[in-house]
Formats: sequence, structure tokens, C-alpha cells
Amino acid sequence: MASVALRGVRKDFGRTQVIKGVDLEIADREFVVFVGPSGCGKSTLLRLIAGLEDASAGEIEIGGRVVNTMAPKDRNIAMVFQNYALYPHMTVARNMGFGLRAARLPAAEIERRVRAAADMLGLADLLDRRPGALSGGQRQRVAMGRAIVRDPQVFLFDEPLSNLDAQLRTQVRTEIKKLHQQVRTTAIYVTHDQVEAMTLADRIVLLRDGRVEQVGTPTALFERPVNRFVAGFIGSPAMNFIPARLEGAEIVLPGMRLPCPALAHRGGDGAVTLGIRPEDIWAGEDSLRAPVACRFEAVAGVVEPMGSEALVMTQVGGVDVQVRLIGRAHPRAGERLRLAMDPAQIHVFDGASGVSLR
Amino acid sequence: MKGGRPGRILAFTLLLLGGVVMVTPLLFMLATSLKTGDEVYALTFLPRAPTLENYVDILTRSPFGRWFAVSFTVSTVSTLSVLFFDSLVGYTLAKFRFRGRGVVFVLILSTLMIPTEMLVIPWYVMAKSMGWLDTLWGIMFPGLMSGFGVFLMRQFFLGVPDALLDAARIDGLGEFRIFWEVALPLVAPALSALAIFAFLGNWTAFLWPLIVTTSPGLYTVPVGLASLSGEFQTDWEMIMTGASIATIPTLLVFIVLQRNIIRGIMLTGLKG
Ligand SMILES: Nc1ncnc2c1ncn2[C@@H]1O[C@H](COP(=O)(O)OP(=O)(O)OP(=O)(O)O)[C@@H](O)[C@H]1O
Ligand SMILES: [Mg+2]
Repeated sequence: MASVALRGVRKDFGRTQVIKGVDLEIADREFVVFVGPSGCGKSTLLRLIAGLEDASAGEIEIGGRVVNTMAPKDRNIAMVFQNYALYPHMTVARNMGFGLRAARLPAAEIERRVRAAADMLGLADLLDRRPGALSGGQRQRVAMGRAIVRDPQVFLFDEPLSNLDAQLRTQVRTEIKKLHQQVRTTAIYVTHDQVEAMTLADRIVLLRDGRVEQVGTPTALFERPVNRFVAGFIGSPAMNFIPARLEGAEIVLPGMRLPCPALAHRGGDGAVTLGIRPEDIWAGEDSLRAPVACRFEAVAGVVEPMGSEALVMTQVGGVDVQVRLIGRAHPRAGERLRLAMDPAQIHVFDGASGVSLR
Repeated sequence: MKGGRPGRILAFTLLLLGGVVMVTPLLFMLATSLKTGDEVYALTFLPRAPTLENYVDILTRSPFGRWFAVSFTVSTVSTLSVLFFDSLVGYTLAKFRFRGRGVVFVLILSTLMIPTEMLVIPWYVMAKSMGWLDTLWGIMFPGLMSGFGVFLMRQFFLGVPDALLDAARIDGLGEFRIFWEVALPLVAPALSALAIFAFLGNWTAFLWPLIVTTSPGLYTVPVGLASLSGEFQTDWEMIMTGASIATIPTLLVFIVLQRNIIRGIMLTGLKG
């Protein structure tokens, strides 16, 4: 087990800068998730830690040792790949024991470790099969088994669930979490799925375009996003953004003036973006709980009932605003709704930079 | 062949005709090898009294056994060398980025466009200056690698996922063992195909072995058989007998490796 630290890490491929300076401390036993849109450099960052790519600048430390010049095998890590990367010409047992054999462990010890991992993952009956004769979920577990037998200091996962169907994905996600609670090995997990990130992570590292946007617990990122990008990325359905103006101590929206004394001292041209999550908009009776200034009316557009809740699309000042209504009853399209924003959950972002103002 | 669809009938008829055209000379060769010398020019297809005398003769009265050994050595060594070096170079070209990779690849490809006839003179000059004329090494050195093999292997290695190689790196294998234990088994079908090409090419090679050798003890089978046509006033039945024996290794190579190709594809799940 070990901590991991990145200091000023950069990676260029030729002239393209992919990782543009990342600083990060990961504690021993922590489960950290790298999340971000496609192409933001998550895999590259993970491969830098694994030693599959050389950093162009900066320091990578695992367990207190700088590992920049070490080969992957000497870094004491194990990795689970997106497409599992199982050796097709070897049986499950050989796949799992391959690294140990390369490390010249005694055959009996290899056998013992492979057995133990296979029992833990429910693979005991499949040890003689080849990967081609396994289902996607089984392959995924073999890939995990191959990582576990190495007994590494750090687990690295690169989108290990993206090839599974939705149901299996939820199931394996839970298994991974359980596994981590059992073995307590430091884990770094890459995904572009924010739900996976929220459910698995002790801390989330949100990346954009080769830079860290925010690091924190899932709750912190959800409740206190540092900018509009983080706010829009975390949470599903995504936060609504409405262009607004700051006038004195009030946020002015089409048809609404929200008092906001905390921002009164701000100068500038006053252009801001108001952010509100779909579940933080109250409807009907509930809306009366909000101060009058936060109430508004809107016409229901598309309604998506989902059983115990419904997503309703409305418009505020020409901007689409999604509302999530809890409860079995849901409005019809075209119905006039009385709504209100939960004043405690209103986010305000700078109109130009997107930085959170509160 | 069920139903009476005219297209199918036509196709099968054409295939059958093609098959007959291909096989007839081979059967004729085999038939002739079973005839006596008097009967050769009678041009009947089947021998009147089939005899194995020619087989005894060629093995006892001519250095055929030696020629066979030379051919076999040259073909086997060249094939193994082609398999090893071509796959090594193909792998490097497919899986590593380095300055000049494209140029190297194009240069190797361009060798495919030069016919043997153009190369024998430079080869000869080279062999002569190195003292390789009339030696086993002299016969085989031009065939130890082939541009075609490099190209073929590169194409197949392109189909091996990088993640597998990365997984092996994390598993702690060195680069050569990754090539040998992970990448190479996955392109087994291509190796089999290449082995067939390389073996047949060397086994049937005529021009270069003819030029580079002078002592009959170093002849390959094709060169040796050709030499029979002068010395024995062209004993066709002998030549056909030698040729018949010479097809055995090629048949064996083909049968063994072809099965391997199919099994390889089933086993690895990789399709070329
Ligand atoms: N070997 C390489 N050479 C050049 N560019 C590369 C290389 N590897 C990655 N890149 C580029 O680096 C950027 C980040 O790639 P990376 O694979 O890390 O993204 P990612 O965040 O994992 O995306 P995804 O969610 O799609 O997997 C991409 O724009 C990609 O094109
Ligand atoms: Mg990726």
C-alpha cells in the first residue's frame, strides 16, 4: 500500500500538450477517481503513473519513491484495461499467473495466489477456459484477478466497466467498491461517467483539457463546484444554467429579481450565470416555501415520467430549464406550472470566466 | 451441390476444369516416374507395367540424396530465418514509434519491386568478394530475409492490440519476451502462411543456386534435376522421379501448416 504524488507533471506528444501540469496527492488506501470528458487526458495521466508513458516534466512518486525512471513492473502497480487486454492464447489461470511467472515466483505460490483470487472473484470453475469462451463480465473479473494476484501497492483502472451492459455495470461497480473495502489498496480509477465517479470515489479529480479543474469528495464537487464546468459535469440530470445580470445586490433574470447581498460588492459589467439543479426547483405547494422573489411561472414542455419522478422541460427567459419533480403525479405538456428556486441551492458563476461566485 | 441453380453448376464446372488443368501435369509426372525408359516417349498416360525401379536408380546412381539434403537444409534454415527476422522487423515497424520508421518501411517495400533476375549479378559480386561462391551459405544468404515477409508480418502485428503489450509490460516482461510470448503466438496464422511461402520459394529456387554453385555435391534439387538432362541424354523418367520425390516435403509443409493456420485463427480469435 502506498501514497501517490504528482508534482508539476506534464506530457507532450510531439507538439501536442496533453497533460499541462498536474499536482496531486493521493493518500494511502484512498480510492481516487479521475473523471472528465473524452480526450481530457485521463488515460494518459494513468499511463504516466503506470509507467507506460514517460512524463515530459514533473515528478511522479509512489510510496515515497520517485518512479519517473522506473519500468512499470518495478512500480508495484497493477492495471485493469478498458478492453481487459487478456492474452487470448492463454487460459484464465495462465492469464492471471503470467506476471507472477515472469517474476519467477515458485509454481506453488503462483497456484495458491491464482486460486485465492479466483475464489474471491467466483472464477474457480473457469480457470481452464480461454478468454474467448468467457462472457464480458467474466472477462472483466479475470482482468481484475490478474491485477489482484500481483498484490500491488496501487490499483489502476482505465474505464473497466465501459464494455459492460448497464445492469452488469452497476453490479460490478458495487463489487469493485466491496473489493476495495476488503483489500484497502490505494486505487486510481478512470472513467468519463460521473455516476461511477460519484459512487466509487473517496475523492474525485475532475480533469479538463489536461488540467485539474477541481479535487474533492463527491459531495464537495456536487455542492460546491468551483466553476461552471464542474457544476455542469457533476450531477445527473445536469445543472441548469440561466444567463443573468448582477445589479447591486440583486440577480436579475427575465421576470425575476433575486436578492443576493453576498455579491453586492462585486463590480464589473454584471454579467453572471445562474445555476440551479433540476431537483432544486420546487413545484406546486412546495414552491410556496420559497421567498416570493424566488418564485416564477413556466409552461411545461416535454415531460419525461420515470415512475417515482418526472423530468419536465420548461423555459425561463428563452433558456431551457429542466425540473425534476418527485412523486407519481406529473404535469401534462402545456400545463402552467408554479415553480420556485430553492434559495439555498442557487449557484452564481462569473459570466465570462465561469468561476463560482458563491 | 443441391438444387439445379445454373450459376452454381457453372461455377463448379469451371472449378473442376481448373482443377483438372492444374493436377494433370502432376499426375503425368507421377505416371512417368513409374514408367521404364522405353515407354517414356509413347505418351500414354498410364504406365503399362508400373515399376519403382526409377526410384531405386535415382537414389543409387545419382547424387539425388545429397541434392535433397542441400535443398532441405537451405529451405529450412532460410524459412526459420525469414520467420524470425521478418516477424521481428514487422513487429518493430508495427508497434514502435521511431524517427525514420516510414522511410524504413518504404525502403523495405520497394525491394519487392526488384525481380531476382536483376539481383543475381550484385549477389554474385558480393558472394565472390566474400568468398561465398560454391558454398551452402552462398546459396542461402539472399533468402534469409524477405521484404514481403516483413510487410506481411507488419500488417498482422498491426492487428494485435497495444493494450495487450502494455498489460505484458505491467506483468513485468521484457520487450523481447513480449514479442516472443505475447505478440508472436497471436500471429501464428500469418507465420504459417509465411513459412509456406518461404519454404516453397527456396525449395523451387533455380536461378541463383544454379549460378552460385559449381560442384554437383552442392546442387539443390531443381539444379540437380536440370543437370540430369545433359548428362544422361535427358532421362525424363529420372527427372520426373526426382521431381515426384521433391514434391513430398512441399506437400508435407503445406498440409501441416495449413491446419495450423485454421487452428491458429480459431485459437486466438484474431482475424488477419
Ligand atoms: N500516443 C499519442 N500520440 C499523440 N496523441 C495522443 C497519444 N495518446 C493520446 N493522445 C492524445 O491525448 C489526448 C488525451 O488522450 P487520453 O487517451 O488520455 O484521453 P482520455 O481522457 O482517456 O479520453 P477517453 O475518455 O476518450 O478515453 C487526446 O487528445 C489524444 O488524442
Ligand atoms: Mg481513456
